[in-house]
Amino acid sequence: MTGLQRVNLALARLPTWPVYVVGLLPAFWAIWLGATGGLGVEPINALENRLGLLALQFLIAGLAVTPLRRWTGLNLIRFRRALGLVAMGHLALHLAVWLLLDLRDWGLIWADILKRPYITVGMLAFALLLPLAATSSNRAIRRLGPQRWRRLHRLVYLAVPLGGLHFVMQSKGWQMEPLVYLAAILSLLALRFRSSRGRVAT
Amino acid sequence: MAGRWRNRLNWSEVTAERVWLDRRQVMSGLAATGLGTLAGAASAGAEDLTPNSWDEITSYNNFYEFGTGKDDPSRKAGALTTDPWTVEIGGLVERPGRYDLGDILAKVSIEDRLYRLRCVEAWSMVVPWQGFELADLLAIAGVQPSAKYVAFETLYRPEEMPGQQSRILDWPYVEGLRLDEAMHPLTIMATGLYGKPLPNQNGAPLRLVVPWKYGFKSIKSVVRLTLTEKQPPTSWNRYAPREYGFYANVNPTVDHPRWSQATERRIGGGFFSPRLPTLMFNGYGEEVAGLYAGMDLAARF
Repeated sequence: MTGLQRVNLALARLPTWPVYVVGLLPAFWAIWLGATGGLGVEPINALENRLGLLALQFLIAGLAVTPLRRWTGLNLIRFRRALGLVAMGHLALHLAVWLLLDLRDWGLIWADILKRPYITVGMLAFALLLPLAATSSNRAIRRLGPQRWRRLHRLVYLAVPLGGLHFVMQSKGWQMEPLVYLAAILSLLALRFRSSRGRVAT
Repeated sequence: MAGRWRNRLNWSEVTAERVWLDRRQVMSGLAATGLGTLAGAASAGAEDLTPNSWDEITSYNNFYEFGTGKDDPSRKAGALTTDPWTVEIGGLVERPGRYDLGDILAKVSIEDRLYRLRCVEAWSMVVPWQGFELADLLAIAGVQPSAKYVAFETLYRPEEMPGQQSRILDWPYVEGLRLDEAMHPLTIMATGLYGKPLPNQNGAPLRLVVPWKYGFKSIKSVVRLTLTEKQPPTSWNRYAPREYGFYANVNPTVDHPRWSQATERRIGGGFFSPRLPTLMFNGYGEEVAGLYAGMDLAARF
């Protein structure tokens, strides 16, 4: 048995619940920091950005699972649902901060969604991810059938790049960090589509 | 010389920094009620123009020469050499040349000015600047009658300003004002805040402050002024003309293409402070609206 097989076997024995617990810690840490002055003098904006960034990081981690297995053999599929749901948790908090701490006005909120392209894009990404979060139980998979469930969950290939685009669009100037995130997302998608075309050909 | 503009807010209305800090403790429920009464008296009458604290003003900055993060300037501006400092004044002036900052300061009168500051990113502060009127600096060089604009330039020194090593903007940063805006008594060159020398992250040793315009117009660490006949280029307008106009007057009715300018958040309020409505010309309409009479401010934003 190779080292990698041993690692995969060990991973298969691990429970997935710690991913939820550990995964949501950064969100609570960020909220705690914001409430106690650790995020600087403008905590609402800082918290908004931080939660959005964390959501994007977990989404990227989720996207990395399949290429990682194909290219290195490391199998993290069991943890992918948890990664996705943790990302969704951060996303929901990111949205809640924007709604409840930042704008607090339905008029402003609607105007922003309709008139600000980066918010339109961000809301679209969130809306696309909602059905995925809603169908992340075993029961939902059974009810939809694996074929339909898989097809539905391909929405993630659209939602995550939109999330990356949202990050690029909201920053002033062409800043390096959001572009790096978007490039990482597009590379992970490219890897996936290239290798799936390869599979069809062979 | 200076002092033609009468501030309706008195310096006595400024909350002393120490009292401000005490009051923050009151607000977080830690200090005795006596301090609260004291702070209340100190800020009474001045709309809500309680100045932001030294920490807020010096830790939350946009100064892309030191990085794009709000805390980059305070972390990275320490290495900037601000003494000696000369300001080159050229173009359509009677006495062009390089003026030593010390010589300039000997000829002008420094005043305290409590101004609102509204950033284009929809946050705001109240800052107790120290400085002198730009008109007085222009008088030192003598403006020729044909001059219509003033162009400003920030120091370019990438070895001390790490943000200039990335191409996020075309360095050096440039800004500009119409001559009547530049000569307006509200327009000052700031040299300090809270009675102390200006920290590097706030644009030491000499920065422009134009309180009725978005913060990016108030160019920092100024090394050159050029009087021109034609409207000079400005960095953000060159970068994204659709988003940042030449005038950049604070205007709640003209949205930034990517966000609303109707409201703003005052820095330092914490999690539960609501947005405030943004005031036309940042609240200085009575003084400056006349400069733009007959202009379509939605087209020339």
